[in-house]
Amino acid sequence: MDLDPEGIFRDDSDSDSDLLHQRESTKEFSVYLVDASPKMFRAVGTTEEDEKEETFFHAAVQCISESLKAQIIGRSSDEISICFFNTREKKNIQDLHGVFVFNVAERELLDRPTARLIKEFSSIEDSFMHHIGSRYWIEPASRENPLYNALWVAQALLRKGSLKNVSMRILIFTNEDNPFGNIYGSVKADMIRTTLQRAKDAQELGISMELLPLGGKEFDVSILYANLLGLESEEMPLFLSSADEKLEDMANQLRKRIFSKRKVKTIMFKIASGVSVQVNAYALIRPSTPGPIMWLDSVTSRPLKTERTFICADTGALVQQPRMRFQKFNGEIVKFTVEELAEIKKVSDGHLHLLGFKPLGCLKGYHNMRPSTFIYPTDEEIVGSTLAFVALHRSMLRLQRFGVAFYGSSSHPQLVALVAQDEIISSSGQLEPPGMHMIYLPYSDDIRYPEELLIHAGGAPRATDDQIKKASALLKRIDLKDFSVCQFSNPALQRHYGVLQALAMGEDEVPNVKDETLPDEEGMRRPGVLRVIEEFKVAVYGENHDQEEAAKNDSITEASKKRKAIYEVALKESASYDWADLAENGKLKDLTVIELKSYLTVHNLPVAGKKEVLISRILTHLGL
Amino acid sequence: MLNTMKSALSCLAQKDIKVVDDLIMDTLRELPRGTRNGDFLDAIVIGMDMLIKKFGPTNKGKHRICLITDAQHPVKEPDEGSKADQVDTIGQLMKSHGVRLDCIVVRVKLAGLIEQMAADENIDLLNQFSKSTISKIIHVDGSISLLGALRTRNISPVTIYRGDLELSSSMKIKVWVYKKTSEEKFPTLNKYSDKAPGNDKFATHELKIDYEYKNTEDFDRIVPPEQRIKGYRYGPQIVPISSAEWEAVKFTPEKSVKLLGFTDASNIMRHYYMKDVYVFIPEPGNVKAILAVSSLARAMKEMNKVAIMRCVWRQGQGNVIIGVLTPNISSSDNIPDSFYLNVLPFAEDVREFQFPSFSNLPASRLPNELQQESSDNLVKMLDLAPDGQELLKPELTPNPVLQRFYQSLDLRWKHPDAQLPELDATLMRMTGPDPNTLSALTSEVDSFRKQIELKDNPKKGRPKKLALLEKPSGSNEETAAVVKAIDYQSAAPSAVKVEKIGHSNPLQDFEAMMARRDGSKWVEKAIKEMQCHIYGLLENSFLGDNFLNAAECLMALRSSCILEQEPKKFNEFLHYLYENKKKLDLHEFFELLS
Repeated sequence: MDLDPEGIFRDDSDSDSDLLHQRESTKEFSVYLVDASPKMFRAVGTTEEDEKEETFFHAAVQCISESLKAQIIGRSSDEISICFFNTREKKNIQDLHGVFVFNVAERELLDRPTARLIKEFSSIEDSFMHHIGSRYWIEPASRENPLYNALWVAQALLRKGSLKNVSMRILIFTNEDNPFGNIYGSVKADMIRTTLQRAKDAQELGISMELLPLGGKEFDVSILYANLLGLESEEMPLFLSSADEKLEDMANQLRKRIFSKRKVKTIMFKIASGVSVQVNAYALIRPSTPGPIMWLDSVTSRPLKTERTFICADTGALVQQPRMRFQKFNGEIVKFTVEELAEIKKVSDGHLHLLGFKPLGCLKGYHNMRPSTFIYPTDEEIVGSTLAFVALHRSMLRLQRFGVAFYGSSSHPQLVALVAQDEIISSSGQLEPPGMHMIYLPYSDDIRYPEELLIHAGGAPRATDDQIKKASALLKRIDLKDFSVCQFSNPALQRHYGVLQALAMGEDEVPNVKDETLPDEEGMRRPGVLRVIEEFKVAVYGENHDQEEAAKNDSITEASKKRKAIYEVALKESASYDWADLAENGKLKDLTVIELKSYLTVHNLPVAGKKEVLISRILTHLGL
Repeated sequence: MLNTMKSALSCLAQKDIKVVDDLIMDTLRELPRGTRNGDFLDAIVIGMDMLIKKFGPTNKGKHRICLITDAQHPVKEPDEGSKADQVDTIGQLMKSHGVRLDCIVVRVKLAGLIEQMAADENIDLLNQFSKSTISKIIHVDGSISLLGALRTRNISPVTIYRGDLELSSSMKIKVWVYKKTSEEKFPTLNKYSDKAPGNDKFATHELKIDYEYKNTEDFDRIVPPEQRIKGYRYGPQIVPISSAEWEAVKFTPEKSVKLLGFTDASNIMRHYYMKDVYVFIPEPGNVKAILAVSSLARAMKEMNKVAIMRCVWRQGQGNVIIGVLTPNISSSDNIPDSFYLNVLPFAEDVREFQFPSFSNLPASRLPNELQQESSDNLVKMLDLAPDGQELLKPELTPNPVLQRFYQSLDLRWKHPDAQLPELDATLMRMTGPDPNTLSALTSEVDSFRKQIELKDNPKKGRPKKLALLEKPSGSNEETAAVVKAIDYQSAAPSAVKVEKIGHSNPLQDFEAMMARRDGSKWVEKAIKEMQCHIYGLLENSFLGDNFLNAAECLMALRSSCILEQEPKKFNEFLHYLYENKKKLDLHEFFELLS
């Protein structure tokens, strides 16, 4: 008898699928360790002339609070904790010296960031000296090691989640590259050894360490921190510049909701009869929205619950949601049940059926309805899916073709174009993943021909070669060389997040969001650009375009002259009646519509509508 | 094919033109198939005559003649002048009456040389129409395309924007913007109420939907609409924002359409297009605008460039659109050039997921040369655009769901109890590959199938919980038992600390013990206790009455051993049981397991 028929107890490290399916963490726990030693309160600048210069401490606090403001919108389920070390006071569970864990009410030590936390943290400097204080502990006389203590506290804070799929990290903000510089001998060696050991222990528990040095170029990472972080010697020269970038990124993060990689669906892709592979569908591009609206009671600020009731229009009786729907057709009611409607919509089996291939040129720019969906093969259930997919992918790229398929999802069966995308890699990583993009094609019912509405009988004017040449010059001048799709952030969304942040924090001023989508006015005013624009304008509009336009405006004033004439006639007409008297005696209805309109024209009221409407408008205006 | 047009029209002429009703439909259906070859010019003349007689000069409707013909048979020589003159005369008349002509030419196999000549002449004549009048010719080659080409619902387009396209502050082009594509949605049907008395002829059978907002704490209290306020999540808290506050601070760009610059068309990949498509046409009648658009579009086409635009269609619109403007060089002489605009994503809209490179995949998952070749052949042969004649053009492919709905609606109207019709066979062909093409391709498909072996993954569904379901023995009872065990695990109350396995609920006790985290000894103890329990069950079994229970427990033990990485303990126990098979009369039990 085979005790392990399925090989469950076997060591399964040989499976290659592990390489491909790295487990993505769903949540992140971070502890910010901020050095609060006196050195951190020195001004950033090298010259100390300016009195009000920023301190290193200020820079660290600002960077963290900006990063938190981005995080609260982007990944609000991630949990954080803020912890100072080299402090006079202490506050931590282990009761260690020189470590102060910062927190606000209604919040655990390691928890999701709240508006209150961010608000109080960003203004901590004012009260810091008073409540927490700064003290450098590592001295020959003292046996305390706050860096060691801080790492220990941080590690303990992170222990909260023994959950899987959580990534944990500690971020250290300091400008002291040599924390044990003041002490010597065996004490120093001992302290360094224990600190490194503590860092190593943390790393072995899966906690990653990051250092954000604030000392600029003078920060010598090789003294201690290279060892602590486990940097290789070749990484060291690059470390400072990359750390600077990281710091910059943290402070200037785009407020953006972050989605973890998740497949939308696994789809059966039927290539031909008897040849089916499996693909996973991913939504790589979807419009972001400000997030769902919750209705609140404005008095209590409590969320409200919506209740829906159905009322029969004929009898006024309350009814359950009916299973029957109807459509008026030729004046009669035609009934369908909900199930029947679902049946009508169900024209396919939900799989992706390949119909054939066309040259890429057949896919027109207007063949688009919705954001595309990305598909990538999976061997999870059908072995060989990846192989078949890659083979097709390569053939399609080589032959410059796209696939046409019918995707019969029950809600929205559609023809789709499958466009193969080759991988594009830059120094900063993968720009375009390899796979196919599923582009939703319109049906003939969805395409309109507005351009054919206004037909120029006898041929529409066409540009001459000279005009096209001038236009080409313009194109060359106003060229966005390194334009990349999605380089702009959405100003409406950023504004929304800004307003939300201001309201949540109780700030008076809404942070000013730069609208990156506005054209580069300055660039447009460059003489070279102005010249080509002017030349193009003359070529297509003629020399005297502006004067002609002005003349046209004059002719518009002619129209207004006409309007004035009408007004004067109306004035005369209207003056011949005593409106108030007519209105009071209910005699307005005896007047003609034209006569009524004269009053409305004189008083600049709308003249549209039936007689009753006109009369009531006059009455309203007279205040009756 | 459709030679009956003429007689159809003359037949209809007796009835006057009115809203299509079922009577006409039936008449049409019963129409005898014409015997003579059709003369489409005569048909147009009759159609014109009907339109003019019916509506005369006063009635300003939209007049459209839809001509369906195979344009295959010669048109008879007119009494005076040439055919071309005749076309001109008719064209003039149509123009003066504002009649549009939509010709749908059905391509059929031509019988011989004479027909070929006639067909060419006919097409020339039809093209002449399109030069002098508002007309359009669509060639279709099958019933799907014919259905797609017949436009049932003609939407009169509405401009999204009329105003300037600003190249710079000094150079502006007057344009009108329309939707080019817009989804024709499945109609929303009304909810039907059967409460009205059956004899009430005027009952609307409609339902009103009423929304009430209730306090989450006090369900009886209804919050009036003016007391409601919108809230958005900010971290764990919800921030209330009144609409007045919101109006005061929200983003309000000015109505405008501005050029940001031009860039290479290759910079914008096709899959970044976000939404349905807009078309920019130069202001009608404005020759300057037509020329400006024409020269820009042609220059862009020549240099393979596109323009990036920032669009705000209306004053007071709360957002902006960044879009890519692509040239659309008109293929017809009397239609001005125009642009298409596709909406591009913002930085917030893109999710940067990483995927493994295909080149990094293990060789076993990459195609070899033969496999690649068979795939190349398949892609080449499964061609939907043979000889430049594109099949399944989106422009000519109707929405099968809508078609089916309209068919159902018509059928149900006539016979309220009828079964729903099947999907039309014509439309079936777009939901799956065309059997005709496939049968011609059997060799390519076969080679692809042979080269690339696809099989079910034996490791399918390997997640731990389900792993056991696949145990070869796999009787239903066992499956149920495992599922039950899993349920227990999740339901195990963590507060009560279980210290031993009782007889009433052994599985639950066992799971609870295994789940105890206050000491490693519990796992060991739980396994030990469970083994004793199973042994006890087997020992006390009478004619195998405890075997099912024991099997259940054994399964639970097995799954826990996997989780706790204690395989040895389980295996040893199983060996132990096996050794004692005789003594305990466990033969049946092992049969049950296998």
